Amino acid sequence: MSARESWRYSAARLSNEVRRGAVTAMEAVESGWEGPAREWEARVHAVAHHDAAARAAGSRAAVKGPLAGVPVLVKDNLCTTDYPTTCASRILAGWRSPYDATVIERLRRAGAVVTGKGNMDEFAMGSSTEFSCYGPTRNPYDLTRVPGGSSGGPAAAVAYGLCPVALGSDTGGSVRQPAAFCGVFGLKPTYGRLSRYGLVAFGSSLDQVGIFARHAGDVALLFETLGGADPCDATTRRTAAPDVSGWDRGVAGLTFGWPANLWAEGVEREIIEGLEDAAARLERAGARRVTFDFMPGEFAVATYYLVATAEASSNLARFDGVRYGFRHDDSSDLRALYTRTRTGGFGPEVKRRILLGTYVLSAGYYDAYYLTAQRARTRIRREYDQAFEKCDFMLLPAAPTLPFRLGEKTEDPLAMYLSDIFTIGANLAGTPGLTVPVGMTPEGLPRAVQLLGREDGEPELLRAGRAIEVGGEPARLGRETEREFAWPSKR
Amino acid sequence: MALEAVIGLECHIQVATRTKMFCGCPAEFGAAPNSNVCPVCLGLPGALPVANRAAVDAALRLGLALGCEIREESVFARKNYFYPDMPKNYQITQYDRPMCEGGALPVALAAGSRGFPLIRIHVEEDTGKSFHPERHGDRRISRVDFNRAGVPLLELVTQPAFRDPAECAAFLTALRRLVRWLGISDGEMEKGHLRCDANVSLRPAGQSELGTKTEIKNLNSIRGVERGVTAEIARQNLARLSGERIEQATLLYDADHDRLAVMRSKEHAHDYRYFPEPDLPRLRVEAAWRDEARAALPELPWTRAARLEREYAVPAYDAQVLGERRELCDYFEDCARGADGKLASNWIMTEVLRMTNERGWSIDDWARRVPPDRLREFLARVSARDIPGPLAKQVFTWLADEEGGVAELLDRHRVRVQASRDDLLPLVREVLNQNPGPVAQYRGGKIATLGFLVGQVMKKSAGQAVPQVVQDLLKAELGGQRPPS
Repeated sequence: MSARESWRYSAARLSNEVRRGAVTAMEAVESGWEGPAREWEARVHAVAHHDAAARAAGSRAAVKGPLAGVPVLVKDNLCTTDYPTTCASRILAGWRSPYDATVIERLRRAGAVVTGKGNMDEFAMGSSTEFSCYGPTRNPYDLTRVPGGSSGGPAAAVAYGLCPVALGSDTGGSVRQPAAFCGVFGLKPTYGRLSRYGLVAFGSSLDQVGIFARHAGDVALLFETLGGADPCDATTRRTAAPDVSGWDRGVAGLTFGWPANLWAEGVEREIIEGLEDAAARLERAGARRVTFDFMPGEFAVATYYLVATAEASSNLARFDGVRYGFRHDDSSDLRALYTRTRTGGFGPEVKRRILLGTYVLSAGYYDAYYLTAQRARTRIRREYDQAFEKCDFMLLPAAPTLPFRLGEKTEDPLAMYLSDIFTIGANLAGTPGLTVPVGMTPEGLPRAVQLLGREDGEPELLRAGRAIEVGGEPARLGRETEREFAWPSKR
Repeated sequence: MALEAVIGLECHIQVATRTKMFCGCPAEFGAAPNSNVCPVCLGLPGALPVANRAAVDAALRLGLALGCEIREESVFARKNYFYPDMPKNYQITQYDRPMCEGGALPVALAAGSRGFPLIRIHVEEDTGKSFHPERHGDRRISRVDFNRAGVPLLELVTQPAFRDPAECAAFLTALRRLVRWLGISDGEMEKGHLRCDANVSLRPAGQSELGTKTEIKNLNSIRGVERGVTAEIARQNLARLSGERIEQATLLYDADHDRLAVMRSKEHAHDYRYFPEPDLPRLRVEAAWRDEARAALPELPWTRAARLEREYAVPAYDAQVLGERRELCDYFEDCARGADGKLASNWIMTEVLRMTNERGWSIDDWARRVPPDRLREFLARVSARDIPGPLAKQVFTWLADEEGGVAELLDRHRVRVQASRDDLLPLVREVLNQNPGPVAQYRGGKIATLGFLVGQVMKKSAGQAVPQVVQDLLKAELGGQRPPS
C-alpha cells in the first residue's frame, strides 16, 4: 500500500510506518484529506474547523512516540491552541483557547497530530449532531440519516476514513451512540480516568473524554496514551489507570451479563439481532453468558436530565459576552449585555437545558429535583455494582434504534432524550462503556452493541470488543468505500 | 418599650498564601491589572479548579484556634449569580457542609473578657475588582481587574451576639490580631484583607426572638463598622418610632458621607442556586492533618497575655499592648527573661513602639538592630542605676542606631557616668555651700526643696550624674548620716 493509501491503516500500524520512515508524518496526516475527505467531507460535514498550515506545523513535530504521525480529529469542545474551540456554538464564535486540554497535550506528546475539530451538537447537547451552528453532520452510510451525537463529527470522520482515531466527549452517551450509528468503536472510560481539563464542561460529574477508533487495539492504544491522573483535574483518580495491554488476550473464562429484559420492547429488531450476533461471537470465543434482569433505575433518564441540566446551567453561566466569545453589539447596559448576548449566542436546545437546570436548582425546588436525583443516582450506582457481581461485563444495545433520519426528532426533545436510554446509566454510575460494531443490516446501516463494565473494567471491555471484532465480518469502511481489509495485528 | 440592638458579623479574611485558591497564579497585591491571571481564575472554557492546601491549612488553623469543630469531609459548593468581576458567574464557596462550625473568639472588653460565639468558618474564592464607570470619550465604560479573582478567602460568621457597635469593633480588633498572630493574613481592612458585613435588627429588650434584619455591606474599616452599625441602629429606631415596618434589605455604607443607601430590597434578593461543586472532590481534613496543625498552633494571644501578667508581673494593660503582636511578645519575653519585667515592658511599650513607629520599622527590624541580649544589658544597667534617666533615653537611641554595648556607646560619645560617691560628693558639697537658703528650708521641714538641690547637682554634672545617687548623698549630707556607698 502506498503512502497515499495510509489512511486505511490502523493508528498502531500507521505510527509504526511513520517511526520506521516508510510514511512521513505529513503523508500520514494528509492521506485522509486527499483521499476519503475529498470524496466525503463536503457531503458528510464531519469537520467544524481545519487548517492545512496547522496540520503541517503539527506534522513537523510528529515523528516520535506511540502515535507518531497519527491524525486525530478532536471534538470542538476540547481546547486546542491551533484551532478555534467553539463547541459548535455562536457564543464562542472564533474563540481560540490559549491552552491545550490535557488530553490534547498528551496526544501531541505521543506524536499525534490534531487534524481538525469535529462537528458536534452545540455544547454537546443533543443526540444527532443537528444542533450545530455550523449545520448538521450526516451519516456516511446514509446521507439522509444522522451520525448520532453529540460527537457526530468525530464518529463520522473515523467511519469515512479521515483519520483512524478521534476524540469525543460522553456525558450521556455522546461517544457510544454516534459510534454505534457510524459503525466504529467508541469508549467512554471510567469517570476520572481521562482528564477533563480543557474539555468545555457540560455536566461536570458525568463528562468524560471518549475515544473513537476502527479497531479495538487502537482504542487500547489511545487509552494508554491519554489515561492517568492529571494535577489540573481534581476529579481524576490518583491511582494508575487500568492496564489494557491485554486487549488481544481473548475472552476465555469471562462471563457476560445478558439482561434481555431491557430489549423486551421498544428496541428495533436489527439491534436485537446485533446483540445475538455479538453474544454468539463471545460464546464461540469462550465467554459464558449469564441471563438476568437488570433494572438500572426506572428513572435513569429523568435522573440524568436533572443532574446534567443543573450542572450545565451553572457551567454555561460564564458565557456572558464580558470576557470572550460572542458579544451582542447593542448592549447599552449590563443586563442588556447579558440577555442579548445569551439570547443571540445560544441555540434552542442549549437554552432549553439552561432553563431546565436553573429551575432544578431554584429555591423551593432544589430538594424535590436535585436532591432526589442525587439519591436516585446513588441507587443506580448500587444497581450497577450489583450487576457486576454476577458478570464481568454486560451486553446491551448502544441505542434502541438504527440511525434515524435528519429532522426526525429535532422537534420532539423527549424522543431525542430517550435515544440515550441505554447509555446514560454508565455516566450516572461513573463506569466504562464500549460500543462495538457488529456488521451491517441488509440495508447497509451499521449495527452495534454496547459493552458495560465495572469501574476500571476497560481491560475486559477491550478484550470482549476485540473478540467480537475478529469473530465475524467487520463493518465496511464508509458506505461506498472499499477497505483493503486486514485485522490489525497486535502491536 | 426599650429596644435592644442585635448584631451579627460576617467577616471575610483574605488569606496571605503564595498562590490563589484554585490555581497557581500569585495571590500578591498590587501587580499590574490582569497580570496575575490564568485560564482557571479567568474562568476560561474547560479550565478546572484544584484546591490550594495552604489556604485550607489556614482555615484549619483559624478554626482550631477558635475552638471550632472541624469537619473531616467538607463540601465545596457553587454560589450562582451574574456579575462581571466574577469570571465563572459562580463563586466556589462552601454552603451546607462548611469546614469549621461553632467556636468563639475571646475579646477583651472594658468589663472583662468575653467570648463571642461563631456559627461557622469556610473557605472560598474572592472575586475580581470592578472600576466603574469611567469616561472614555463620550462613552462610560467599566473596567475589571481579575488579579484578585480566585484569591483565597475565609468567611467567618458570628452568632447574632453583639448588642452594641463598640462590641463589634472590639471583636474585629481581636480578630485582626488573631489572623496576624497566626500568620494567616495581614488583616489590613483598608487594603481589603479583612472585610466585614453586619446584620442589624432591633427587638424589645428581653425578647428572645429576632426582629427583621438588614445587612450592611462595604464596611471597610473598624471605625466604619462602628459608625455604619450605629447609623443603622439609629435609622431603625427612628423608623420604628414613626410606626414604619423594617423591611429586609441590603444596605451600602458610604463612609465618606456617613450615609446608608439601600442596595436591594427583599423582592430583589438573589436565589443563589447553591449546589455541590462537581469539579472538586470533598475536602478531606484527616485526623492526622488536624492533629498536626493543632500541635503546631502558637500560644494564642489571650492565653499569652494572661501568662505575661502572671510570669512577668506586668499590669493587664501592658499585657494587652504587648499581646497585640506575636513578634512583640516574643521580643518582650526574650528581653524580660531574668530581668525586671515591668522595666522591660515600660521601655518596649514606650520607646520601642515610638521609635519603630517613627522610623517605619517592624518589630523584627528593631530586633535585628537591638537583639534581646543588647536590650537586656541596657535594662540591667538602668535597673542597677548605672545610667541616669535622661541619659538612658539618649543611650537607647544610640542602641538603635549604632553597634556595641552600653559601655562602648558611652565611651564613643565621651559620656562618663558619674555614679560614685567620690565623683559626686564634691559637687554635692559645692551646691550645699552655695544654697544656704534652701538648705535651711529643708532642715526646717520643707522636704520638697530636696528636688531643687538635686537639680542643681545634675546641672553641675552636665546631666551625667545618676539622680538617685545624688539624692542619697544630699540626704546623707543634710541629715549628717553616712550615705550608703
